[in-house]
Amino acid sequence: MSDYYNQLAETLRKRLNGKITDVIVAFHEVTVVANQADLHDVCQTLHDDSAFHCEQVVDICGVDYSTYDNSQWEGPRFAVAYQLLSIKNNHRIRVKTFVDGEPPVVDSVIDIWKGADWFEREAFDLFGIIFDGHPDLRRILTDYGFIGHPFRKDFPLSGNVEMRYDEEQKRVIYQPVSIDPRVNQPRVIREDHRYAEREAALALNAISSANDVASGDKDA
Amino acid sequence: MPEIKNYTLNFGPQHPAAHGVLRLVLEMDGEVIERADPHVGLLHRATEKLAESKPYNQTIPYMDRLDYVSMMCNEHGYVLALEKLLGVAPPERAQYIRVMFDELTRILNHLMWIGTHALDIGAMTVFLYAFREREDLMDMYEAVSGARMHAAYYRPGGVYRDLPEQMPRYEKKTKYRNETQTESLNKARDGSLLDFIEDFTDRFPTYVDEYETLLSDNRIWKQRTVGIAVVSPERAMNLGFTGPMLRGSGVEWDLRKKQPYEVYDKLDFDIPVGVEGDCYDRYLIRVEEMRQSNRIIKQCINWLRQNPGPVMLDDHKITPPSREHMKSDMESLIHHFKLFTEGFILPKGEVYTAIEHPKGEFATYLVSDGANKPYRLKIRAPGFAHLAAMDEMTKGHMLADVVAVIGTMDIVFGEIDR
Repeated sequence: MSDYYNQLAETLRKRLNGKITDVIVAFHEVTVVANQADLHDVCQTLHDDSAFHCEQVVDICGVDYSTYDNSQWEGPRFAVAYQLLSIKNNHRIRVKTFVDGEPPVVDSVIDIWKGADWFEREAFDLFGIIFDGHPDLRRILTDYGFIGHPFRKDFPLSGNVEMRYDEEQKRVIYQPVSIDPRVNQPRVIREDHRYAEREAALALNAISSANDVASGDKDA
Repeated sequence: MPEIKNYTLNFGPQHPAAHGVLRLVLEMDGEVIERADPHVGLLHRATEKLAESKPYNQTIPYMDRLDYVSMMCNEHGYVLALEKLLGVAPPERAQYIRVMFDELTRILNHLMWIGTHALDIGAMTVFLYAFREREDLMDMYEAVSGARMHAAYYRPGGVYRDLPEQMPRYEKKTKYRNETQTESLNKARDGSLLDFIEDFTDRFPTYVDEYETLLSDNRIWKQRTVGIAVVSPERAMNLGFTGPMLRGSGVEWDLRKKQPYEVYDKLDFDIPVGVEGDCYDRYLIRVEEMRQSNRIIKQCINWLRQNPGPVMLDDHKITPPSREHMKSDMESLIHHFKLFTEGFILPKGEVYTAIEHPKGEFATYLVSDGANKPYRLKIRAPGFAHLAAMDEMTKGHMLADVVAVIGTMDIVFGEIDR
């Protein structure tokens, strides 16, 4: 299985040369890190090219990396991850693209896959990522008139406003939250020696496959 | 004569056929739908955000509450992601138990679907029949996990406990039943849980025949479903359909066959595929899936009878030690304490695991930064992609067909709104 994905990764490197920054194979999955500007091109190729033939976008989601690894993350703040599925070739490809800026903007892929519609609306709603070219980029999961993007890491778990019925005004009113956020079990990152071996093997694998591509380029 | 104008109709969120809290804004030309705009999110509980604030194990009960008619399948999708990152596989017996309960859950889900779908279109009886069988299935849930619905039974590294040797029985006499009635209720409950499930699988095919007698050749049923909401295979793929919705359009795709997980590659079953891509085909497929699930359960029962063994990994870095050990052994006490205060950590990385949920592809995308809580957990709910196609599927149909389309999509808001 992993061999198949290693080969697929090589094909991806060749066909998408210049439009992507990296191809990672880990856990029997292949991830293509696409340049933000070339995202639409990359997706179009993955959809059209018979070697990939991804008929379906199964999922699109945003990720906010601002507190990753105890806030030691140095790359762009947001990422959008696309899970593509080829029914004909029976494989999955994950496309990731990193975006920065406020608001972060990526190209919409709705013209390639109609199914991207609601997933992009969701990522916009929860992370505030703008999908350029989406015809109907409205909020989807949060309330009408909601302010903020709740899945960003700087948005508190308890929210900013709460709603209650006001006896005097005889209507439902919004007010700042009255509860204090609390953490029962703190978040800890631990070094686990049992995973160290595996991570080293993964890193080695990545280096050797990169070397393979480099030597392949020389032959060509 | 007055001119007839287009008008906008608000369908739900308090409509009994809206399957929960769907608000549909319909633009109508007379009785014909011009545009359907579903408004979702009324049941949004931010499960993914909550998961980010909790150790991994504490998120399992939240999974039950996503698609609340197929509880264990949701857990399965999540637990598989943890196991993939941890690099562990549960014992074989646990895998068979999981597959068996996945298929019981599939029947549970499809019974709910056939009942409500038929009820919406005007057939009352099927609903009552389906809920009669659901009662037995809920009893199986209760016997194995202690809860009728929100089981929290699958754990990383296996399942919470082995199948019980004794099926719980009804009390002898209450003020609502006399002894003969209780006796008939207890008839199948003399042996173990496996005996009860086996008895159910023997009875179940006749039940499915009953539903089919009521519906398959029913003239009204066919008038309401044949040729309604036809989706071509190309469109179905482009719209991101999975599961019975995709197979109804004639695409042969089932993760249990194509990307097998657990022990599905060792089991014998068939995948029904539709031809026309209309509501009637999707109905036939789900009914056939119930029969196939029944077949799988029978095979699992056989295997489970012959192969006793552990149902949980012995690695106490991720699974809790037994209470007995915890009270007598220092190291077990430490393990216990660590697991229930801090939880276990997952290595850095990201995985995407998908399972064939009764509604389609249920998947979790998990990003970990090496902490005891997920950094980002994305739940891919099949119903979300299906409901997004509401506009395309209902355009040009009558108002009454909207109800048939909602039914055929098998919509449950717990998973769509998350």
